[in-house]
Amino acid sequence: MKTLKHIRRLLAILFFLPILLFFIDFTGLLPLFLHKLLQMQWIPALMSVQVGVVGFLLVLSLLFGRLYCSVICPLGVFQDIAAWKSRWFKKKGRRYRFDYRKPNNILRYSLLALTVIVFLLGSSAVVVWLDPYSIFGRIITQLLRPLFIWANNGFSALFIKKGIYVIYGVSQNAFVVIPFIITSVFFVIVAVMSWFRGRLYCNTVCPVGTFLGLLSKLSLFKIEIEKSSCTQCSACEKRCKSQCIDSMAMTVDETRCVSCFNCLSVCKKGGVKYAFRYGKKQEAAPVSEINSSRRTFMLTSGAVVAALATAKAETLTGKKDEILSRKPIMPPGAGHLEHFNTKCTGCQLCVSKCPMHVLKPAALEYGISGIMQPRLAFSTHVYCNQDCTICSEVCPTGALTKLTVEEKRVTQMGIARFRKHKCVVYTDEKDCGACSEHCPTQAVHMIPYKNGLTIPQVTPDLCIGCGGCESICPVRPYQAIYVEGNSVQVKAKKPKDAQKFEKKIDNFGF
Amino acid sequence: MKRRDFFKTAALAGIATLFSPKSLANVVTENELTVASSPDLVAVMGGEPEVMLIRALKELGGIQKFVKKGQKVVIKPNIGWDRTPQMAANTNPQLVGALVKQCLAAGAKQVLVFDHTCDNWQKCYEASGIEAAVKAAGGKIIPGNDESMYREADLPHGVNLKKIKVHEAILDCDVWFNVPVLKHHGGPKMSISMKNMMGIVWDRGYWHRNDLHQCIADCATFHKKPVLNIVDAYRAMKSNGPQGKSESDAVMMKSLLVSHDFVAVDTAAIKMFNQIRETNLADVRYVALAEQLKVGTQHLEKLNVKRIKL
Ligand code: SF4
Ligand code: SF4
Ligand code: SF4
Repeated sequence: MKTLKHIRRLLAILFFLPILLFFIDFTGLLPLFLHKLLQMQWIPALMSVQVGVVGFLLVLSLLFGRLYCSVICPLGVFQDIAAWKSRWFKKKGRRYRFDYRKPNNILRYSLLALTVIVFLLGSSAVVVWLDPYSIFGRIITQLLRPLFIWANNGFSALFIKKGIYVIYGVSQNAFVVIPFIITSVFFVIVAVMSWFRGRLYCNTVCPVGTFLGLLSKLSLFKIEIEKSSCTQCSACEKRCKSQCIDSMAMTVDETRCVSCFNCLSVCKKGGVKYAFRYGKKQEAAPVSEINSSRRTFMLTSGAVVAALATAKAETLTGKKDEILSRKPIMPPGAGHLEHFNTKCTGCQLCVSKCPMHVLKPAALEYGISGIMQPRLAFSTHVYCNQDCTICSEVCPTGALTKLTVEEKRVTQMGIARFRKHKCVVYTDEKDCGACSEHCPTQAVHMIPYKNGLTIPQVTPDLCIGCGGCESICPVRPYQAIYVEGNSVQVKAKKPKDAQKFEKKIDNFGF
Repeated sequence: MKRRDFFKTAALAGIATLFSPKSLANVVTENELTVASSPDLVAVMGGEPEVMLIRALKELGGIQKFVKKGQKVVIKPNIGWDRTPQMAANTNPQLVGALVKQCLAAGAKQVLVFDHTCDNWQKCYEASGIEAAVKAAGGKIIPGNDESMYREADLPHGVNLKKIKVHEAILDCDVWFNVPVLKHHGGPKMSISMKNMMGIVWDRGYWHRNDLHQCIADCATFHKKPVLNIVDAYRAMKSNGPQGKSESDAVMMKSLLVSHDFVAVDTAAIKMFNQIRETNLADVRYVALAEQLKVGTQHLEKLNVKRIKL
């Protein structure tokens, strides 16, 4: 029965590696279509209402149990790797030493209920924190990718000194303190839990895991112990990283089994089977068990609703705007602030793919529930390229709607605000015009001022909020021109072409 | 040499360069011109970029006068924007390619091309067509957007700028060419040869804060001058400079201005530009400021100016 485990491993690698590399890749070398792998993730598929994908995942779970957790979910595979590595640090005889533990039902069903209910109330506050795929994305973007960029920059500086021009420096755009700390905390929690207790995180904290656990009570195939051949040697129990095999009782808790098939190959008696649930004599136990877990789920849901009602749900959902003095700028394709804040799970894929390095995870700019969602942050030479649509293309959750280049060119993410009293032309009476120079639409253009000087003027209708002007304005730290984000992205006017010059020049003019 | 003869040579040279840079050198040397004193400024009009370049260089005594065997050469075009050649936001790629070929034919050991771009440098290099042209011609295009590649240099004659950080390619080469494109500019009004010098410098924000015109003039006093300023006016950007909004901002002028004198070449270029858009020389303050710093002269009538129509 080793084949099943090998197939599972192979598939897991085929999903995990490309996803990992796609997140790390800071050079834009890997093809964009890899983002399709991320649309296969549960939460993104639900968020973007991908009926086909959701259907597929449902069928998959109803057939094989929690294969998603073993194969498709990168955080799951990451935990397997951690658990596997931990073996290297254990004494030989103690390597496979998992034992059966009782599930923490109250905690896992409460967290699932909380996630679902808060989401139905219109806030992704909890999903943002608990979606396993997004947690993985953040771990890579905020903790691992920076190390690669750091190494790259070291080498590129070295090479350039030697006159070799093959790799180039890249900016560390993803680093923002609050998201970094949150991500680090999650990383430690997940890593430590899996290091010592295998899939404990998946079976206690992760709402997707808990949900799939409920589903897998109905799956066509499931792991079973054949009582007639079992000698209660507990070999399978020791291998079960979900700690869901009770070899004494000869039962497998299928809500926690992630279909990794590790147990199948170790039983010398062939007593562990991946078998058809229906058809054979139906055992009585599962039904009552289904009922009991359903009851726990219902009960905890009720408790959560009550708790939320008293905590006033509006504090989680509404009033995002007032918290900010300067409105954050959402990535192109975000549409409405509310839509964006609800759909975005802060996976950081757009942050790691933005070729201009202008996207950063938000701290509190969007309010509490928007922590880690991307926003545009301008700095010298860092602004949004008018012709780029990459973030809107890769976003797996539908928080960003895919834009064409034509649409992008007129998508107004914000509007430039000019503060004359700070402008060099006003304060020093000297030419500058850096902002207008960098404005791709000439929404900020130079108009006559005095003594042959020209001063900027903004035509709001034309402005797309790309930040070209803010990124270059030499007045620091508070630029004389800056972009205020739109809560609703609208269509900017298309800039009019200049009048063509038709006459033929055939004099030098001097 | 008669005009008609030159046409033949130029056409031949054009074809020859397609096949081998060496053969071009032969074409040029065999038809060596004997000029009493080489002109201070050459203006060519009415040809393709390559043809005008070869003609202008010939007037000045051939590329060999500027590039010696085994030398390290740098070419600094304007590659500031993520724009196509039709928009004239960047230097014409054919012109840059042709210059690379000329330098290699004169025996240059290596020809490097770079700019400290305004938009994302990889996008600029690609969209401008310059990366492809340089590679095809056998030159090397290197990045300019990494601070580690810049070293400090003194500007003892500068008024506002006393120190600048200059790209090491410029500091370490034997000779370099400044190859700007003629453009309208929303800030300092015009972008020509002196404005193009901003692309060899790292900290430009300072310039915008401290009288841009004076800083541009100061930078022109930098001790390592380009051997030639080759102003591309094949297409000029008449409005919405320096990056332009669409192709209607570009005007076909089919011209080229070449001079070692920053001030003279910028003066001539502004006068030429004045025909498509009224521009007051005095408003482009850095030209007069640079003259005060003895960088060059605005008085074209005192110079040996060669005007050639093809
Ligand atoms: S569209 Fe703008 S924000 Fe989005 S990836 Fe491109 S440059 Fe970055
Ligand atoms: S005014 Fe500023 S933000 Fe608006 S389009 Fe121009 S550069 Fe972009
Ligand atoms: S870049 Fe800033 S200082 Fe310069 S003209 Fe624009 S607003 Fe004024």
